[in-house]
Amino acid sequence: MSWVWDNTDAIVRLTIEHVWLSTIPIVLGGLLSVPVGWLANRFRTLRGVILAVVGILYTIPSLALFVLIPPLLGLPFLSPLNVIIALVVYAVAIMSRNAADAFASIDPSALRAATAVGYGPWQRFFQVELPLAGPVLVAGLRVVAVSTVSLVTVGVLVGVQSLGYFFTDGFQRRIEAEILTGIVMTVFVAALFDAALVLAGRLGMPWARLAMARAGQEVS
Amino acid sequence: MDIFNDAMLWLTDPENWAGAGSIPVRTLEHLTFTALAVLVAAIIAVPLGYYIGHTGRGRVLAVGTAGAARALPTFGLMLYLVLIFGVSERATAATVALVLLAIPPLLAGAYAGVDQINRATIDAAKAQGMTDWQILTRVEIPLSLPLLIGGVRGATLQVVATVTLIAYVGLGGLGYDIIQGIPLRRLDQMVGAALLIIALALVIDGLLAVLTRLATPHGVSTGRGVDVRAREKRVDRSGRLSPATRVTQ
Repeated sequence: MSWVWDNTDAIVRLTIEHVWLSTIPIVLGGLLSVPVGWLANRFRTLRGVILAVVGILYTIPSLALFVLIPPLLGLPFLSPLNVIIALVVYAVAIMSRNAADAFASIDPSALRAATAVGYGPWQRFFQVELPLAGPVLVAGLRVVAVSTVSLVTVGVLVGVQSLGYFFTDGFQRRIEAEILTGIVMTVFVAALFDAALVLAGRLGMPWARLAMARAGQEVS
Repeated sequence: MDIFNDAMLWLTDPENWAGAGSIPVRTLEHLTFTALAVLVAAIIAVPLGYYIGHTGRGRVLAVGTAGAARALPTFGLMLYLVLIFGVSERATAATVALVLLAIPPLLAGAYAGVDQINRATIDAAKAQGMTDWQILTRVEIPLSLPLLIGGVRGATLQVVATVTLIAYVGLGGLGYDIIQGIPLRRLDQMVGAALLIIALALVIDGLLAVLTRLATPHGVSTGRGVDVRAREKRVDRSGRLSPATRVTQ
């Protein structure tokens, strides 16, 4: 325990760094996957292609992707941007499939009713489809958040500071408490994101409490 | 794109294909750790998943562990276990970490496979006079195979990716050339090894996808193509596949 008290500054600093590195992929992944998922659901031929591509992207091991992104995009090797971009790729890969399912889970009669009462395509999307797909989207985003927070730690191997630093540093210096602190804080950050998403879902979609609980069960 | 040329040169250099630490040796190490971890995890998780699915007891446990385990950073866990077990036992420590990683998707696959079977099918088996054991072995296990193998696929995918990190504790695998190359800035071998790892992951995933198809009993379409990697199932309360898999008229 004494290690923890002696290093509170580093713990706070790296936790904030970790939250920051995780936030961008979670938010961007969520935003980008909505149009992708919508298209995949709307056009049957696209669905196959999109799901195949995201399936392949999801299969790529994280360390390999961290190494490949700098030469592919011409970025400096130690830039945190590499890790962020790789995690956005994973987030989109997980979320696109989920978003396609979310839009497919909408009762078609609700969509026909909206069209019948005169909703235009955009209006229908924002006022009917998106709110009804919302609970499943949030459930998917919870999966993305937890896996992103965990993957950020691997970034330390390519020089990106996060709570993962406690793993490598603790290992080299043989301080068990340091690694354990890193693990506990990573799980804590994951729980924080999860709670924030659940809360945002409840406040933003009060109509969907039941549906969300069900979707959450199915996803997890 | 010079780096990719260099990587190709590294990949095709005969020196990297023979002797200790060569590409075939690293691949074998990678596959051995992967297979061992998935096998041990399956021995633990599959019977447990079938028990939960068959009896309906402990559902919360099955669903809960899958969610909670995802948050656990396996890299940190592996390093922690190596320190606890001692460096001489690092292979055991790494395997334990990988097994813990593989259990949740396998448990979910076995459990969801049994759970998604139409109740009427099981009631019919019961009405025919089948015992619990017969129902399990002749009805539930065959019908659950596609989802179970989906779980195997998900577990294997995660383990193959994570075995990349065992090189950090000196256990080799294809991650070795990346992790050893980082401080030396040997971009050719890092990119070459990254390409190899991706190829290996895709080949294994493809083989398991084919196996999922083969494991689907004749006349059953439920579960085929269901991907349990990102989510376990999309089956509604009555046991039918929900619109998620039916719609797009």
